[in-house]
Amino acid sequence: MQIHIASDDGVPIYLQIAKQVKYLVATGRLLPGEEMPPIRVLAEQLLLNPNTVARAYRELEIAGIVEKRRTAGTYVSQRPSPLAREERLRIVTERVDVLLVEARHLEVGTDELVELVRQRDRQLRPSGQE
Amino acid sequence: MSSALETARAEPVVVLEGVSRQFGRVKALDDVTLRVPRGVVFGLVGVNGAGKTTLLKHVLGLLKPQTGRVTVLGRDPVADPVGVLSRVGYLGEENDLPGWMRVAELIRYMQGFYSTWDEKYADHLLRSFELDPAAKVKHLSKGQRARAGLLVALAYRPEILILDDPSSGLDPIVRRDILGAIIRTISEEGRTVLFSSHLLHEVERVADHIALLDKGRVVVADEMDRFKRSFCEVTLQFEHPLAAPPCFVDSLRWQGSGREWTAIVRGQLDDLARRAAAAGARIVAQRAPTLDEIFVAQVGPRVAQAEPESVAAEE
Repeated sequence: MQIHIASDDGVPIYLQIAKQVKYLVATGRLLPGEEMPPIRVLAEQLLLNPNTVARAYRELEIAGIVEKRRTAGTYVSQRPSPLAREERLRIVTERVDVLLVEARHLEVGTDELVELVRQRDRQLRPSGQE
Repeated sequence: MSSALETARAEPVVVLEGVSRQFGRVKALDDVTLRVPRGVVFGLVGVNGAGKTTLLKHVLGLLKPQTGRVTVLGRDPVADPVGVLSRVGYLGEENDLPGWMRVAELIRYMQGFYSTWDEKYADHLLRSFELDPAAKVKHLSKGQRARAGLLVALAYRPEILILDDPSSGLDPIVRRDILGAIIRTISEEGRTVLFSSHLLHEVERVADHIALLDKGRVVVADEMDRFKRSFCEVTLQFEHPLAAPPCFVDSLRWQGSGREWTAIVRGQLDDLARRAAAAGARIVAQRAPTLDEIFVAQVGPRVAQAEPESVAAEE
């Protein structure tokens, strides 16, 4: 599990972890049922206070992304599919919002923007695919 | 959240109450009151000369408070140095290990002082730090000397680990070892770390409590998350360009020019928004500042925005 903590970012570290785990789950790099690294191990690896990692895991547990098993250990939830879908949409929505704000500042209309998205999509698609 | 509250309620392992200390005419500590709960990593930050080392020396019993009281693990470190120091590990900024000893001799020598010395752990640290047992301490590099100091501070598994600016002047690999040691120390139930540092991004990562010292006074002492949450970086946009920083909230250090000015605000965001509106400005951006930015805003020079006119003229 690859987590990167940005120290030039004011976002609390536990939120940075939670957000990145959500991203890894949403993109399928962490699979349902996969075991998360133990708090202590991740804390030592990232050089973070273990309480910070524990807090991130708690956030993820509340959000239903991970679950604690009775036998100890934290695992990616077995059925995160609707949540994962929601999370994927949330991530894309964030980007869309940024794009819309930027377009508005630059006086590019929404229709024009949508057309631009379609156009770019056609160009980025491997040839022969519609 | 609940565990943070529990640690706050637990009996503190280090208590300073109204401690003041004067060196000549300089007030090194000015009525310092501080509580370090058990099981936390407590980061002490402040500019050079803010009083960090003096504070830690009081905790270690190396200095006697001129006024006020210091209690460590329920004892007075000056009256009962053995009772306190046998349970406290210490690594100083300039560690003063006996240079003429070989590393192996140093370990044997230190072992004699501590009944709780863990030989296996000392061996493990010796190997993982790649220290040469036959090397003389004075011939060790600065980094290896810091590692040797860390070894003898950790090997008796102290209840409190105190580090005075342990990272200063050390390479990133030694700093990693030190941070790793801090993390392993508190992972073990009930152990506490109190450390001072200049490297705020390191403090931000490992500390869950923070105290900010300035000119011998504790400016803020709080849980790290709550401390960080209480600050916000706000950018205001005015209708017309300003020649000088806005002056409707005096305590803030504004940075910017023309129509946009940015400052780090502590709490009272509504109040600022109201005053800004009255001054014909609106908040156009808000973000969570880093510890570094908060630090500069709290204790940096008051005139961060020097001579805006001459800067404008150069452009």
